[in-house]
Amino acid sequence: MANMVAEEEKATIPEAVALEIYRNIYATRRFELRCIELYRQGRIRGYLHPYLGEEAVAAGACAALRPQDYIVSTHRGHGHCISKGADLRLMMAEITGKATGYCRGRGGSMHISSKQLNHLGANGIVGGGIPIAAGAAMGIKVRQGDQVVVAFFSDGASNNGVFAESLNMAGIYRLPVIFMLENNHYAVSTPIECATGCCDLAGRGPAYGVPGICVDGNDAVAVYRATLRAAERARRGEGPSLIEANTFRHGGHHVNDPGLYMDPKLLQEWKARDPVAIMQRIVADPVKIQAIEGRVEAELEAAVDFAAESPEPDVAAFLAEIPD
Amino acid sequence: MAEMMYREALRRALDEEMQRDPLVFLMGETIAERGGSYKVTEGLLQKYGARRVVDTPIAEASFTGMAVGAALVGCRPVVEILFVDFAMLVMDQIVNQAAKYEFISGGQGKVPMVLRTQGGAGNGLAAQHSQSLEALFYHIPGLKVVMPSTPADAYGLLKSAIRDDDPVVFIEHKLLYMTRGPVPAQEALVPLGKAEIKRPGRDATLITYSYMTLKCLEAAAVLEKEGIDVEVVDLRTLTPLDTQTLLASVRRTGRAIVVHEACKRGGVGGDIAALLMEEAYDDLDGPVLRIAGRNTPIPYNLTIEKACVPSVQEIVAGVRGMV
Repeated sequence: MANMVAEEEKATIPEAVALEIYRNIYATRRFELRCIELYRQGRIRGYLHPYLGEEAVAAGACAALRPQDYIVSTHRGHGHCISKGADLRLMMAEITGKATGYCRGRGGSMHISSKQLNHLGANGIVGGGIPIAAGAAMGIKVRQGDQVVVAFFSDGASNNGVFAESLNMAGIYRLPVIFMLENNHYAVSTPIECATGCCDLAGRGPAYGVPGICVDGNDAVAVYRATLRAAERARRGEGPSLIEANTFRHGGHHVNDPGLYMDPKLLQEWKARDPVAIMQRIVADPVKIQAIEGRVEAELEAAVDFAAESPEPDVAAFLAEIPD
Repeated sequence: MAEMMYREALRRALDEEMQRDPLVFLMGETIAERGGSYKVTEGLLQKYGARRVVDTPIAEASFTGMAVGAALVGCRPVVEILFVDFAMLVMDQIVNQAAKYEFISGGQGKVPMVLRTQGGAGNGLAAQHSQSLEALFYHIPGLKVVMPSTPADAYGLLKSAIRDDDPVVFIEHKLLYMTRGPVPAQEALVPLGKAEIKRPGRDATLITYSYMTLKCLEAAAVLEKEGIDVEVVDLRTLTPLDTQTLLASVRRTGRAIVVHEACKRGGVGGDIAALLMEEAYDDLDGPVLRIAGRNTPIPYNLTIEKACVPSVQEIVAGVRGMV
């Protein structure tokens, strides 16, 4: 964390932005905790990778985007989806495999996407979304549009070949893409120190002609500011940026991984810098905070009910859609 | 009709589609300045500019993934992978991403991209530049697989592939680029999923595609002199497979041989043979045969390379043995 850019937590940002960020951080936190409960009850199956502890990255980054901008997400993607403006009902329906979900129950937690939100999709392949994001940016250039794309991915993905390739090509073609490297310090259970000979991940950008910056990923305002600068740069036609957002998972790799390999002292330090608490201090107004939390709780319960009441996908209709 | 080379026909298809639709663009290694290793894209950079004809670094996985992303935001990218052997580097993007996107998004998004590549033995290029790997793509739900044998098909199928809303793996053959044939002077699309009877016949059906179509036609000419009348069905598209045309042909002739250059084990021929058994058993006068590549990597030496892929003599002997 030595090279982290210092950001004043209390530095002013427009109140509406601060409230939006807090709403998304809080909604993500509560959504994830609710998902874990539903998982324990058997209502969510398969893999569930909570974004607990990392909420500020998605909330800060998405607050800097316009609705027409795109995001590409990961297997740990609920926070990205919520922060891009998802309807919690359609999300919960998808994650519980219902026909009313964003992907009609075919994608689930690891593959959630929304055409309406310009959310190009979570991905079950670590690193798989990085070239897709660069390609979306290439498509924007071909179409001569002014959108930008944010590619969310992890420190784990940064050691995959497509990261180097995509960073390189984004540099060549000056693509309007922001590589948002969520450094949560573990690739499943492998600490970043054991996965690379050089932990300065932001430093990989300049090697490809892409500016790299390191920010405190638990400080949503720092992420917001860095993303805003990168988005402006992209819209000016100056090309891609790499942002390394330092953060930490509050638990194991997925819901059934207790994360016993995580250093308890380090985890405690990071938990003491909880993104929810940091953002509460920035918003500072208890009445507004309470109002947001109340609305989120109501939305979340409505989402759980909507998912519970939604039908399973119809088997005959599903089979009828399969081409020969 | 105009006579042209297979590679010229492909270029014409790209040119016309780029002219017609500004969202069509090309990406690949040495396709812009140099015009492509097989000269398919020659002149297109000059005509359409660097925004739409893009030279890439040697980064197959990512520029194929970029095609997926560009397709998702409304473009119709055509990527060129120099050799189908190199397509092994893009398997995540083509199999896990492109082929799955429409499905896992619940139909929200489509991936209208074309992956052009070429395969096949015959030029002494050894084991990593000579394979026939179509079965790998044929196996994957969500992909279309096209393998044209003539300039007219190359032209008409590439146009259809570019306009198709699904990811299409379009596999050319390195020995076909310089072959000539008639191509309609007017715009003429060939629909995906339609086989063509390249030679009608009564006594047996040769089911084939790509370069082996030429070998089957040569074999049919030899057999004609012996009074054996062979039908040659060129599948042209492996996915979707035109089961109607091939079943109708086999029902007429009662005998079938599937001929392909790819290794016999796990090849498309085995699947087609099984299909014929399931659907046309009562019409068959004998077992369906497969004449296919040997189950070996392709060697460098031309003499032993030739021994790895089906020859005209082998096809002739196969038909003789069954009629």
